[in-house]
This record gives sequence, structure tokens and C-alpha cells, in this order.
Amino acid sequence: MSSALADVDQADAPAIRFTGVHKWYGSFHVLRNINLTVGRGERIVICGPSGSGKSTLIRCVNRLEEHQRGSIVVDGVELTDDVKRIDEVRREVGMVFQSFNLFPHLTILENCTLAPIWVRKMPRRHADELAMKLLARVRILDQAHKYPGQVSGGQQQRAAIARALCMTPKIMLFDEPTSSLDPEMVKEVLDTMTGLAQEGMTMIVVTHEMGFARQVADRVVFMDGGEIVEINAPLRFFEHPQHERTKLFLSQILHIRH
Amino acid sequence: MASLGYIREAPELEESPPALSSGALAWARANLFSSIGSTVVTIGCVALVAYLLPQVVAWATTRAIWSASNGAACRQHQDGACWAFVIAKWDYLRFGSYPIAERWRVDVVEAIGAALIIWLLWIHAPRRVLGALLFFVAYPILALILLHGSPWLGLPIVDTQLWGGIFVSLLTAVVGIVFSLPLGVLLALGRRSRLPAVRAASVVFVEFVRGVPFITILFMANNLLPLFVPETWTPDRLLRPLAGIIIFSAAYMAEEVRGGLQSLGKGQYEAAMALGLNYSRMTALVILPQALTLVIPGIVNNFIGLFMDTTLISLVGATDFLEAMNNAIKDPVWAGPTIMVTGYVFAGIFYFTFCFGMARYSAHVERILAKGRK
Amino acid sequence: MDRARANRSSWLNDQRVRGLVYQTLLLAGIAALACGAIYNAVVNMRARGIPMGFGFWNDVAGFDINLHLINYSNLSTYGRAFWVGLLNTLLIAVISIPLATLLGFVIGVARLSPNWLLSRFALVYTSIMRNTPLLLLLLFWYNAVLKSLPGPRQSISIGDVVFLNNRGLYLPMPVARDSAVWLLGAVLTAIAVAIRVCVWARRRQERTGAQTPTALVAAALLLGLPTAVTAVAGAPFAFDVARLSGFNLKGGLQIIPEMAALVFGLVTFTAAFIAEIVRAGVLAVPVGQSEAAGALGLHRGLSMRLVVIPQAMRLITPPLTSQFLNIVKNSSLAVFIGYPDLVQIFAGTVLNQTQAAVQVMAITMAVYLIISLTVALALNTFNARYALKGR
Repeated sequence: MSSALADVDQADAPAIRFTGVHKWYGSFHVLRNINLTVGRGERIVICGPSGSGKSTLIRCVNRLEEHQRGSIVVDGVELTDDVKRIDEVRREVGMVFQSFNLFPHLTILENCTLAPIWVRKMPRRHADELAMKLLARVRILDQAHKYPGQVSGGQQQRAAIARALCMTPKIMLFDEPTSSLDPEMVKEVLDTMTGLAQEGMTMIVVTHEMGFARQVADRVVFMDGGEIVEINAPLRFFEHPQHERTKLFLSQILHIRH
Repeated sequence: MASLGYIREAPELEESPPALSSGALAWARANLFSSIGSTVVTIGCVALVAYLLPQVVAWATTRAIWSASNGAACRQHQDGACWAFVIAKWDYLRFGSYPIAERWRVDVVEAIGAALIIWLLWIHAPRRVLGALLFFVAYPILALILLHGSPWLGLPIVDTQLWGGIFVSLLTAVVGIVFSLPLGVLLALGRRSRLPAVRAASVVFVEFVRGVPFITILFMANNLLPLFVPETWTPDRLLRPLAGIIIFSAAYMAEEVRGGLQSLGKGQYEAAMALGLNYSRMTALVILPQALTLVIPGIVNNFIGLFMDTTLISLVGATDFLEAMNNAIKDPVWAGPTIMVTGYVFAGIFYFTFCFGMARYSAHVERILAKGRK
Repeated sequence: MDRARANRSSWLNDQRVRGLVYQTLLLAGIAALACGAIYNAVVNMRARGIPMGFGFWNDVAGFDINLHLINYSNLSTYGRAFWVGLLNTLLIAVISIPLATLLGFVIGVARLSPNWLLSRFALVYTSIMRNTPLLLLLLFWYNAVLKSLPGPRQSISIGDVVFLNNRGLYLPMPVARDSAVWLLGAVLTAIAVAIRVCVWARRRQERTGAQTPTALVAAALLLGLPTAVTAVAGAPFAFDVARLSGFNLKGGLQIIPEMAALVFGLVTFTAAFIAEIVRAGVLAVPVGQSEAAGALGLHRGLSMRLVVIPQAMRLITPPLTSQFLNIVKNSSLAVFIGYPDLVQIFAGTVLNQTQAAVQVMAITMAVYLIISLTVALALNTFNARYALKGR
């Protein structure tokens, strides 16, 4: 246990708190003693080499993955096997996937209104208005009646963001949202996410887009081999990385030598 | 929201997972007892197995009659299988009424066929093209001569009416594949042809054969073939169902190969054309080798289906393994209530072992191919 | 000069010309084969005195059929025998297809169950059924099981209303009484009201978002209303139960062992294939779909109903239809156990008696082809309408 652990001082309860979280896939120790607190309105970017456990970490937040030891408290609710609690948490946490995962048999509008209607029990007109508003915000309102297969990758991902936002979540999780996109479409999605951050949404973003991290993140978390190696404000993280492994990773990603 | 940074000082030790979350106990919790419903189902299944399995095993082993020379012992002990019956009838079940002195010929043909098939199905075997030529061209001729006989070679003729049993089942299935695969390839290529007449002819043939029951094809071959050829050519009684099998299998083969050709993608065709290969060279050297390797699992599945369909040829007078079993069951020396069940169970085990084995092989090939394609 | 030579040689190499040549050769070859076959057929048929027209259709059949849904006796014509056989084939299809689908879906869901034992049981079932010849299964059920049942005098009876012996399965035959009309009315009303409730519930959800348990309400209606009406109006059916009379059972609804064996064999056999189709269809829906649904807060039941199953059904429908056609085609194995279907009656007995092989086979195959092509056409239309839309 590292003694230099510093906690975030919060007046109100944190959005997410990981305490001593461990996870195993079979006998493979994939998350090792994760301690992390995310404050309300805070933007965290998690980066690291592939296989470091970053995706696993954020998938634990909405219980797409289960942790075996330690505790994860999301918006005041602790994640256990209790199904009701899990559903509660999932209502307040939105997720955007690397492979979009839009529902191909529904139009984009229907993708967005599905959960509000069936989970929040919204009347259809209400749900449609909300969805249109959010689709306009991510700038694909004109594609609302198309099917996912009929629009581009960047448009699909923006639709996926709108779909998650329609549940008015308190926390948004992004799992490598731009890794499956053609380069010319990455910017439109990152712009959407930046706009979201500027409105004060609590966000955890797993990404390799360092420009986005520099611009938007409050803290950058570096993970490697299942453990958190370094956390810092973006400026200090990129200009003056402290840990050896962080320096190595940054030099590989940014082709800069430290 | 000022936050202090964090830097790791010492690495975390790797630990082993907690007892209840991995290993046998965790597996059981997740897979057998994950909910009340699941627990009930688990208990029910275990109870069912505990009740049935000992009975079945006892019927097949401890209470069964393993050796006897007639049905008396089996009639006395009706609570077990009568394997003695199967053992006694084994030669008939294998060869039908093929003359005993000539049965070595059947063995030779089967051994060579097995060797050739293994050669062809082993993906990394050397010179498979040679093997293919041998299997599709030389082997049928050799088999025909050996099995039927030829006065010039001093092999007495054995009438096809005497052929029966496992060897006939294997023969019809293998002949079916040997002839229907080239025919199926032609039909598949024809279906993708630019020439409308060729395409139409292929489509009509394939959809016609796939739209009717196999039995009607057998009937057609059995009853119509003698009418459509001159009187003097009377087709052999085994040849007619063979023709029906070839036609039937070719249509399904065509669909398999067509699937393989389609999944190849335009890129291969375009690369071959860009290199200046004409249609036949492109097809023979680039397209078919890849497509056929892709559909080996499909072809093996077709072979399994064909092997099971050979049971139908008894309708037109040929004696396959199932028909041989039916005949054996009727033997009055062995008559008894357990004989029929024993015979059918044994036939079931035989077909299951053969077909399941081939299915496993086909899945294995699919896995290897999938790896290669990634 | 040179240009003229170039033109001449290129004429033969012209793709279009070659194409025409190949096609002409092919058609000529097929025509030659056909003519040769027809010529030989005519010669052979004349020589053997085989009738060449369809006159046999109106000749007296002279044989009995032990299961006929329309009137038939051995004085009926061959034509009538054809219709009897066709109806018997359709009867098997109409009974077997729903049963096989139901059993197949149940086993398919079992294959997907997280309970390891249940999924293995289902795997054992499908493995055995898919690697055993259908004919062997039919012979087993017919010869080893049904034919070994005791005779009518020692019938196995369940509650003294259902009897099982080697002549068949005897169920009580419902005979409608006057009050049956009330029951019919009750059932129809229940269905109509249930539909109305579902429509109303959906509108209500669209307007206010509130959800109603329509499944429960519909079930209550469909079970409750007919029961209530029966209680008031009296039993709608009297049951004619089979009773021993002499050496045989008389009365009741008799299901001949041939039919029982055929239906049971077809259903159990095809269900295994349908189970695999269901399993493959559900597994083919990417896991990201159910993850996304879960991430949105949909619990497992809603996620299945709204996201996974609609996509799985699109993948399941084409191979499922193919299995339905297989049931129709496989019912022709009836000829091995003596069930009087189209092939057994027409391509079997009628062909043997009239020797009009060409005509009989042509008609028989035409019937199956019409069924196959109709179903294929319907499937294509369905696919075109419901396919997932892409660019």
C-alpha cells in the first residue's frame, strides 16, 4: 500500500469512489488495489497501454464487470450483486462504447427514446421532444429517422452519446469512444464530448487522444498492468511525468523523450 | 476542485483470487446454483441422471448377454441388451451377402479409400492435388473393378444384389461425394455465370432437386431411368439409387460451394484478372482452391447428411446397413423381444459415432481455417 | 489489310460471341439429351404397354386407405386417392410444424441457459438427434415401441379415458353439445377484449408512460372468461370415450400408430435442428447490444424483449423456414412405416398398379415443388420487408 496516496477533498459526496478494488479474470489479476475518487463535475481521463485494465475499470462502474474485492460506491450507492441497486446505478450512469452498439433494428430517434420510455416511463411525446433536443445538440437531428446502418461512424457515435444523455445521467463513461472512427470523424465526436464537459458533466474517459486530455481533463490517470501508476493535473502530467513507467508510456505515445 | 497528484511508490503484489470467486466452488455457484430457479433445475437434472443412468448402463453392460449362439439366452434374460446377436451377425452387417471368399476385396477398397480421404482432409498434407486426382479419378475405377469383378483379372463377378451392409452404406456415401462434388462445383460456377442460359440451367436444376424429397428422386431414378435409356442398357439395380444420390448431393454441394465462392470477395477475382489470367485459369488456380478449402466443413456436413440419407436406398432394393440390420432382426433363430431394440440401438450407436466423429472433425477444421483467415 | 485480319481473328475471341456459342452448345446438348430420353421413353412405354396419358386418374383404385380425411373407399378413383394422400401429408405438416417449433425453441433456450447442467442436457439431446438417421428413429418408434404395445384387450389406459395399444392411441373425441356455442363465444370475446386491452395499454403508455401488465391481463381473460361461461352454461363437450367391443376398441379419436410414430419422430428430430438455429441466432447478436441495453438501465427481460430477440428473430427466420420445408419433405419417409401420405399412396401404390411412372412422378414432384417455391417466395418477401437497413 503506497503511503503517498492523496485523496480528493470534497465537501459533498464524491460521484464515484473506488476503495481497494481488486478483480480477477479466472486467475489473472486484472485490477490491483484500485483506489480512486471522482468528484462531482470532475473530468477524469484514464490512459495507459492496452491490457492495463482501463476498460475493465470503467466497466466496473456500471457493473458490466464485477469486482471481487473492495468496494465501488457510485452516487452514494454501493455496487453489489443486488439487482435493484445495479439498475438504480445504471439509470444514473451513461456509457458510450467503442463500437457504438446502437440498436440496428430501430431508428436513431427510437434508439434514444427506448430507455426513457421503458425505464423512466416517460410518455412518448415527452421522450421524443427530449431526444430531438439532444440529437440537435450533437448535431444530427436531420438523421433522426434513419437507421444506424445508414449513417457514418462519426454520426453513429454522436447518436450513441445522445442516446446515453437521454437518460439524463449524472455521470458519463466513455470507453475509447473514438478508437473505431476514421480520422476525419474523430474531431466531431471529441468536440461533442468537450461541449458536454463544459456544461459540467462528470465524465470518465478512457482514450488515447492526448489533445483531448490536455484540453478537457481535470486529472489524468495513468494505468499499467492493472494498477494506477500516476495521477496528476494534465499540464503537470504531460510536461513533468514523475514515474518511470509514465515517462516510458508518454514517450511511446507522443514520440517525445523525457 | 484542486486535486493533489499521486505517484506510485511500490508495485502491487500479484495475489491469487479469493476462494469463492474462482476455482470449482465459484464455478458451481455461477453455473449451477446462481438463482433459485437454477438450483431447482440442477437438482432435477441430477435426480434424473441418478435414476436413468444406472439403468441404461446396466442394460448395456452388466445385464447384457455378450455371447450366445442363438436367441435362447436372450429370450431368458430380457432385461439386458443382446449383444451376442450383433456379434453373431457382424459379418452379414458388414458385407451383406457378398461371397465370403471375396470379402478381402471389400476390405482393400475400404482401406485405400480411407487412406485417400485422410490424405485429402489433412489440411497440411503434401501434394493434395495428386491425392485429389487419385481419389476422384483413379479410385472409382479401381473400386469398381475390385468390387464388381472382372474376368480378365481373374476376379469373379459379384452381382450388386449381393452387396449389402456397412460397406454398401459407405460405398454409396463415398460415391455420392466423389461424383457430386465436381458436379456441384460446375453447378455453382454455372449459377454465377454471366451467361443467362447457363445460369438458368443451373438454377433450375438446383432448385428442382432441393425442392423435392429425396425419396422422390430415388423413385425417379429407380422407375424412370430404365425408361429413358434404350432397352438394352438396363441400368444396374444399385446404379439407379447411386445416380439418384449423386444428383441429390450435387444440388446441396452446389449451394455449399456457391457460399464459399461468394464469401471469397471480389478482391481475389480482380487480382487474378489484373494478372491476366483467363476464366478457366483464374477459377482453377485461384478461386476454387480457396473456396473449396473454405467449405470443407460444409462439405463434411453434407457427407454426414448423405451418409444418413443412404438409409433410404433400401426403398429401391439396395441393402444398406440399416436394411441389413432389419433383415438380421427377422432371423427366427434369434427371435426375441430384446433383439429389435438391441439391433436398433447398435445401429444408432454406429451412425452416431461415425457422424459425430465427422462433425467434430469439421468443427476442428473450421477453427483452423478461422485462425488462418484472421 | 492488317486491320481486316485483326478484325477476323478478334471475331472468334469476342466475349459475346463466345458466350453465345457456349450457350448454344449447352442448350443443344440439353435438348439432345431430352429428345433422346423422351424418344426412348415413348418406345419403352409402348413396348411394355404402359399408359401414356393421364387417363388413369379416373380409373378405380381398388385399394383401401386406413386414414382418409375426405370420403374414400376402394371404389374411389386414383385421383381421389391422390387428394387423400395430399391431405394426409398436409395433416402431418400442420401438426408437426408447430410442435417442432415449440419444442425446438424450448431446447434452444435450454442450450443458452446459464445453468451448465441444463445446457449440457440440451446439448446431448441435439447431438444425438442430429447424428442419427431419421429413418432409424422412425423405425425405432414404430417397430420397437408402438408395435410392441399390447393388443386392444390389454390396452394401457390412463384414467380409463386414454388408451394405448398396438392399434393406436385412443383419445376421447369431443362431441359438441348445444352449450359449445357459448364456449366459442366466450373464447372469441376473450380474444377480442384482450386485443383491445393491449391496444389501449399501448396508447396509454405512449401518452403517460405508465406500463400495464398486459400479458397477465390477457392470460386472465383467456383462461377466466371461458371457464366462467362453462361454469354457468354447463359443459360444452361430451366426450366419446373408446370402449372395448369384441377384439377392438370402438369410438374415441383414434390416432393410428403410423401417424403417432411419424409425428413423434419428425417433431423430436427437427426440434434438435431448430434448437441449434435458435441458439445460433441469439448468439449471433453481438454481446455489445445487451451491454448497451443494460447500460441504459433496461433489466434483462426488457433487454431481451426489445433489443436481443428482435435482432435474433431476423437471423432465425430463414433457416427456420428451411426446417419447416424439411418437415414437409421428410414426411415422405412415411412410406417406410406405412403411413398413407402422398408418396406412399401415389408414388407407391398408384404407381405400382398403373405403371404410369412418368406421369405419377411428375405430379408428385410438382406438388412438392409448388410447396417449396411458395414458401421460398413468402420468405423472400418477408426478408425484404424486415431486413435490417444498411447503406
